[in-house]
Formats: sequence, structure tokens, C-alpha cells
Amino acid sequence: MTKIKDFIGRYQLSHLLILAVILLVVMPLAMDIFRLNLVGKYLTYAFVALGLVLCWGYGGILSLGQGVFFGLGGYCMAMFLKLEASSPEHTAIQSTPGIPDFMDWNQLTALPWFWEPFHSFGFTLLAVVLVPALFAFIIGVAMFKRRVSGVYFAIITQAIAAILTILIIGQQGYTGGVNGITDLRTLNGWDIRTDSAKYILYFINAFLLIGCLIAARYIIKSKLGRLLVAMREREDRVRFSGYDVSSFKIFIYCVAAVFSAIGGAMFTLQVGFMSPSFVGIVPSIEMVIFCAVGGRLSILGAVYGTLLVNWAKTSFSESFPELWLFAMGALFIGVVMAFPNGLAGLYQTYVEPRLQRFRKPAPVASQSQVVSLEAGKTATTTNSADKEYSHAGNQ
Amino acid sequence: MLETNKSIPQKEFVLSIEGLTVSFDGFKAVNDLSLYVEEQEIRVIIGPNGAGKTTVLDLICGRTKATEGSIKFKGTELTRLNEHQIVHAGVGRKFQNPSIYEDLTVFENLELSFPRGRNVWGALTFRRDTEVVAKVKEIADMIFLGDKLDMNADLLSHGQKQWLEIGMLLIQDPELLMLDEPVAGMSVSERKQTAELLQRITKDRSVLVIEHDMQFVADIADRVTVLHQGQVLSEGSMERVQSDPKVIEVYLGH
Repeated sequence: MTKIKDFIGRYQLSHLLILAVILLVVMPLAMDIFRLNLVGKYLTYAFVALGLVLCWGYGGILSLGQGVFFGLGGYCMAMFLKLEASSPEHTAIQSTPGIPDFMDWNQLTALPWFWEPFHSFGFTLLAVVLVPALFAFIIGVAMFKRRVSGVYFAIITQAIAAILTILIIGQQGYTGGVNGITDLRTLNGWDIRTDSAKYILYFINAFLLIGCLIAARYIIKSKLGRLLVAMREREDRVRFSGYDVSSFKIFIYCVAAVFSAIGGAMFTLQVGFMSPSFVGIVPSIEMVIFCAVGGRLSILGAVYGTLLVNWAKTSFSESFPELWLFAMGALFIGVVMAFPNGLAGLYQTYVEPRLQRFRKPAPVASQSQVVSLEAGKTATTTNSADKEYSHAGNQ
Repeated sequence: MLETNKSIPQKEFVLSIEGLTVSFDGFKAVNDLSLYVEEQEIRVIIGPNGAGKTTVLDLICGRTKATEGSIKFKGTELTRLNEHQIVHAGVGRKFQNPSIYEDLTVFENLELSFPRGRNVWGALTFRRDTEVVAKVKEIADMIFLGDKLDMNADLLSHGQKQWLEIGMLLIQDPELLMLDEPVAGMSVSERKQTAELLQRITKDRSVLVIEHDMQFVADIADRVTVLHQGQVLSEGSMERVQSDPKVIEVYLGH
């Protein structure tokens, strides 16, 4: 059995602090703005991977369509920015000035009704969170109330990703089609293309990610986190302990959707466009791979996994662009077969025991190497024993 | 007039099943079954394989939906409720194979079964206060696992897993407890301990047990119901049932 207890128990704040220092201090100091902006872009995918840790790793709900929520969040933000970039002065040469350029090319003469509210920044921020949450809620109710699960759910989410992509590409006049929404310039008059803006956006992005990590940590540490694990193991038992299983699945699916959408919105701001190529099946599956490489039970692993795979993708595809997809597939197969708990699992098995030897002179010999399952378990049990009763006191 | 007539049996019986039928593609696993369980009664259901024993429990706890008939629990019609609503009404069910959360500790297994914070918000804000800890410890002592609270549940023996699942039901304090083969796969000494445990925990509630072990049945049962092909073949005390020629023919005789 996997040692989920360990994963829950050992994500101490110190690990989160180390990540915060890497993101907020080390990266900005070590990189020029071009590279940092690239890291910022990768980090927006980490929001999606983090959502997948909650809903796939903990809840056992594999969604192969998280790109949908990333895209919805990104498109909501892009619509606002595009409207601001399409002021009548900037679009004076169009046959209908004041509407986005792609609408003009598609012979639209007025702004569609659903674009209107995106003139307001407040509405846009709400929409970034609420539109994907509502969409996830509808999918969740339709699927989980009917007890659709496992591979069927995965296939349906993939179909939804495909449908949304086709819809966006097909409705060119309303969505910008296959090119997406491009040429975004300012946010409430603030030029987002300058280096200083890119720095600020990077930090906003990093803080939002840390905020989401803290929220995710709260969820998995709460009873709801343990219920998710229980549901993944024995759904019936949870049901017959008096819980409405579907409501918990809907909740965690919506949380994952909201995280993804925040990532999508930050992507639009940092990269300056949004297109259907981040919505469909391929990006959705890539995000599952980021999560798996990081370790699907590790919220911090999701961030490291995303950074690592994307770094590999960038450096690899610069030299061998045609081979990257194969490498990606091989990576996924390798991780699933050899390291089912990803980077976090490797860290936990090989690195952490050594670190602990440094910290405490000689804790338990068996902890340095997981010699046998029994030994590992006993060590865990003694650890959690103190924890259990300290929890009883202060929680 | 009809209303008052109907309410009479509801006072006497905790559970009244009437005309219950379920058919799977035409095969009637349970066929026009009627069964009444009194307050604080221990009722054991026996019968050959495929008699529909487990299906009856599935129907009561909502896992399977009835084709026809009614299941009334203290006046509430259960056939229209969802599984978790049936649990909230006061029905607890133990499965045939120990159904516990193997990735969690004994403590966490019991804690998750504690009847508080059962919706999303409640689970997010649930706090492990002294009441929860005390209750978990009390139940753990009762099911002989008081010293194994921090052990991962997958390390328990088969018998201990069965006890843990019984404990998970006890912490819900159900008025009707349904146990599907609670001593299957247990050693002789575990069997004895389980019989004692059941005697203790059945004091303030009604219990419905499925069991094959005749000695165990004789030890605990107030009354016995024999099922055969989805229908009641015989019902009454253990002696009566054992001497019923129909029962000997289809079940005990083999």
C-alpha cells in the first residue's frame, strides 16, 4: 500500500517556505526577465497540476479535460483585455470601430451580448472564478450524481475538452477562432507588455500560487481530505457512513476548476494572448503528466513537476522539436510504471531519510532505508502517534 | 380509519418489510418478502447460497432499489431515500468482506464514521475535539483495538478488520444494525470474542444478522428467519426452525 499517511503528515510548512523562497527570491535574482516570464508561464500550469493533485491524487477523479477550465479562466481575462485594446481610437481603421479586430474581420457589426459585461474589471475577476466553477458544478452534478466515475468520467471530460475547442475554433467571429484572442496591451491603462509589468505579474502569479497551495493544504489536512482518501478506497463505505459522496466529488472538482482558471487568467496576463491550443485534449493530458511527474499526492510536487517537465520541454524541443512528443509519452509511461508517486515519492524514499539523519543524530535505523514494509510502517506509526494526540489538544 | 390501523404495527416493529420484490432482468432475487423486526430484537437470517440474504440487506440500506414493496423503518419509508439518508435515519450496515479504509489509521477510520460534519462545509471545519477523541477511544476499547489506534488499518488481521468495521458502525449509534456474516473467516477465539461483543452492543438496538455458523446463530439469535429463493421459508426460534422439515430439506440437511 502506498504510504499516504506520510504524504499528508510530512508536508510541513518548511517545505512550503523553501518553495516560496525559490519562487520569490532565487528565481527573480538568477534569471533575466525573458526567462523569468517563461517560468511565470510554467507556473500558471502548476495551478492546474495542483487542482489535479486534489481531484485525481486525493479524490481519485481523473479529469483529462482540465484545459477547459484553464481556457475559460484565460478567455475571461482575455476578453476584458481585448475590449480595452479595442477602443475606438485604436480601431479607427476598422469598418466598425470599437469592437475587437477579429470580429470586424468576420463581418460582425456590434459587440455580442456576452462580451458586454467584460468591459468591467470587477465583473471579469468574478467571471474568471465563477464561470469555470459553475461549469464544473454542472458537469459534476450531471456526472457524479449519476455515479459516473473512473475511465468513463475521464473519457467524458476529454470529450468536453474536444467539444469546447471545436466550438471556439468554429465560432471565429465571437472567439477569435484558432488564433485565439491576441494583441492584448493594457490592464486598466497599465501596459502589461513592459519588463516592469512582467516582473509585477510574475510576483502576483507566485503569490496566488502560494495562496492556492495553502488552500489546498488546508483542504487535505481537514477531515474532507481524509474523506477523499477514504472515498477513493471504499466509496460504498463512505456512503454507508452517512456521507453524500457526490457532493464531495463535486466540491473538489469545482476547487480544481477554480485553481485551473486562476492559472489560465494569469497565463493570459503574462503571455499576452489566449488560444484554443491551451483548451483541448493535448494540453489537458500534458497537465496530468505534470501532476504525475511531481507526484499526484503532493501539492508541492505538482509545482516542481510542472517546472521540471516544462524546462525539459523547452530545452529538448529547441534541439529536437520532432522528438519531444515521444519523450513526453515515454516520461509518462516511465513515471507511472517506475515511480508512481513521482518526484515527491523519490524525495520521500531517498532524500528525506538522509536529511533526517542530519537533523536528529539517530532516530530509528529503519527510517534511513525502507528495508521492509513493516519497518517503514512502525516508524510512521511512532511519528504519527505524537501528532495524533497533539491534534486532539489544539484542534 | 385506515391510517390508525396502519400505525399499529409501526409502534411494535422497528422495521417492517412488506411485499418486497426485486427483479434483475426478470430473475426475482427477492420475491414478495415480508419481515418484521421488533425493538431490541436480534434477528438472524439464514439460508442457502443465493437465497437473497445479502440482497435483502442491500435493499434495506438502499444499495439496491426495490422493484415493488415497502420497507418502513420507524414509520419512514426507506425505499425512496438515498443511502446516506438511510444512514441518517438510523440504519447501519456492515459488509460481508471487511470494508474499511486501509490507507488510514484505526483512529481515522473511526473518526470518519463519527456522525458529525457530514456535509462539505462540516467536513472542512471539522475539529478533532475532546468529545471525538473520547468517543473514538471508548469504541476502540469496546472492539478490542484500544492499543492500535495509530496503526494503519491495512496491518490489522482479518478478524480485527471485521471488528473495526463493527466499531465504525457503533460510533454512528444506529438503531438498526445490519451485519453480513460478522464472524466469517475468524478464528475460534475471535468468534467467541465477537459473540460477546455482539451481546454487549445489541442491548439498546435491533440487529439483523446474516450468518452461516449455526453455533454462532444459536448463541445470539432471538429469532431466526430462513430464506429460500427470495422468500421466507420458515421463521421462529432456533429450535423451531431447526426442526422444521422444510428447512432440513433445503438447507440444514446438506
